[in-house]
Amino acid sequence: MSGRITGLAGPVRSPLRHHHPVTPYLFVAPYVVLLLTFLVGPAVFGVWMSLHNWDFMLPGKPWVGLQNYRDLFDSSSVLFHPFWNGMKNTFLFVLMSVPFLVAIPLGLALLLNRKFRGRTFFRAVVFTPFVLGVAVVGLVFGYLFDPEVGLVNGILDGVGLPKVSWLSTQPQAWITITVMTIWWTIGFNAVIFLAGLQGLPEQLYEAAELDGAGRWSQFRHVTVPGLRNVFLFVVTTTILASANLFGQPYILTKGGPGDSTTTAIMAMTNEGLRGFRMGSAAAMSYVLALALAIISVANFLIMRERKPS
Amino acid sequence: MTTTSPITGAGPGASDPASTEPGGPARRRRAYSRTRVGPLTYVAMTVISLIFILPLLWMLLTTFKTESDARSIPIRVMPSEWTLRAYRLIFDDAANPVYTWLINSLVVSVLHMVLNVVVAAMAAYALSRMTFRGRNLLFGTLIATLFMPGFIFFMPNYLTMSKLGWLDSYWALVVPGAAGAFGVFFLRQFFLAIPRELEESALIDGANSWTIFTRIMLPLSKPALVTLAVLSFLGAWNDFVWPVFVLFSPDRMTLAPGLATLYGAYTTDYPVVMAGATLAAIPVLILYVVVQRYVIEGVANSGLKG
Repeated sequence: MSGRITGLAGPVRSPLRHHHPVTPYLFVAPYVVLLLTFLVGPAVFGVWMSLHNWDFMLPGKPWVGLQNYRDLFDSSSVLFHPFWNGMKNTFLFVLMSVPFLVAIPLGLALLLNRKFRGRTFFRAVVFTPFVLGVAVVGLVFGYLFDPEVGLVNGILDGVGLPKVSWLSTQPQAWITITVMTIWWTIGFNAVIFLAGLQGLPEQLYEAAELDGAGRWSQFRHVTVPGLRNVFLFVVTTTILASANLFGQPYILTKGGPGDSTTTAIMAMTNEGLRGFRMGSAAAMSYVLALALAIISVANFLIMRERKPS
Repeated sequence: MTTTSPITGAGPGASDPASTEPGGPARRRRAYSRTRVGPLTYVAMTVISLIFILPLLWMLLTTFKTESDARSIPIRVMPSEWTLRAYRLIFDDAANPVYTWLINSLVVSVLHMVLNVVVAAMAAYALSRMTFRGRNLLFGTLIATLFMPGFIFFMPNYLTMSKLGWLDSYWALVVPGAAGAFGVFFLRQFFLAIPRELEESALIDGANSWTIFTRIMLPLSKPALVTLAVLSFLGAWNDFVWPVFVLFSPDRMTLAPGLATLYGAYTTDYPVVMAGATLAAIPVLILYVVVQRYVIEGVANSGLKG
């Protein structure tokens, strides 16, 4: 202990030097080992893999330079269709799901932000599906949307409407996957919006009301600008979450009908963790990551530029 | 889109009839119109709550039905006879040992939770209370990894698992996830907000860093530690993509990937499928009921940082 020495300087002036110089390294060592082994090392090593014909099952892993990346952009390559089909489907799902996953939670949060008895209970209920895993929710929705015996078609049948094949035709399969995702995850965004709303100063609404602002104009000119950062966070994280789509189609549609719900992550895992061609799969992962990075940055710039009017 | 209309209907537009314009200056001072609600809010909230609760009740109810009741059209809401057949069936199924998966999930999730919280708390303590060479580099690296999507680590980490002999074992689910920077970042923020006076008086009493960490920091950080513990437990319990690929043997599976194979094996025997889902849902629902506040506040805080 070097407490003696720093004791002279006084605890107030240099509060950070009461320890042996090695102590902080001992505290961070376990985490640093994990960080290097499972995040930093792999992030670099993955690039190395992507530059090889890295077949997990074969002893030789020849260097191929940028060939894996070129293949992804070469329409005569066998990788071209699975990869871009996955990218297209993933992009489609982002477009379909994100507007609902932002708008509905905002509506819910506005409702839950009003002071009434039981709001904590309702907030907890709305959040409940999110604590369940995709497997549980997938099985429940697989049953609800079963074309023969599911509750949804049972109700349609009961009121004299034709049954819908929810899982084996398009666009029904996407609708089912989107509805399931909405039910499962809106509680998460609702809680974040709610926290944002609760951080808005009451005086702003007071002032707006004294100025004769109606409910809509309070929403438009106080709530929306006040939530700008929260919007940015929610939109960005929701796009990224939707771009990671895997479990819902894996369970509900197995990527079908055809390969119409096979996502980018599915294309990547099929290539690398089923086919064990890990070099090309790693290349896919970096192209997808780059695409997401570009979208996130664009999103950040667009949402930042808008000044409150 | 069954879920959208009632909810969007209850959005800002629909709140008008629920709360009338302020009656007079006296009332205006006490409560603002946006905070007063009428019965319509309760109606809307009840409808919304049912949308979230009914599918789960349907899941639970189905587990007590016979296979033919679960397949009945028109829909039969209540079982014609109550049976535990579904729970018995998965008890005896060697190819789909759901109860083994339940134990596996519990072991994996608890181990992951403990590892994650201990390692993150130690690192966060050093990062928030000590100056040392490399601190900024470590913190910068940690923040950078927060921006990297998890899927770029799949291929190299699969290789690491194989080299370590961790494929098809608990360790593949327990250890790699603990490298995630969220826990360190989250606890560091909490530690920074704790005043230093207590530590300083402990120092004067001759306490060393480890004592201060375990006797002062950790007890003061209980809410943050509980939040992180619960979020880590839920994360491991619900993790899907990774276990689907790193676990193969029926008796090594956890519930999440196991349920997908159960669904594949029993396709339309829905009482069995729902029994599996129920066994996976009950532990987290109980946990959620007990620590609901920690979970929600943890999530809410993660948003405010953004």
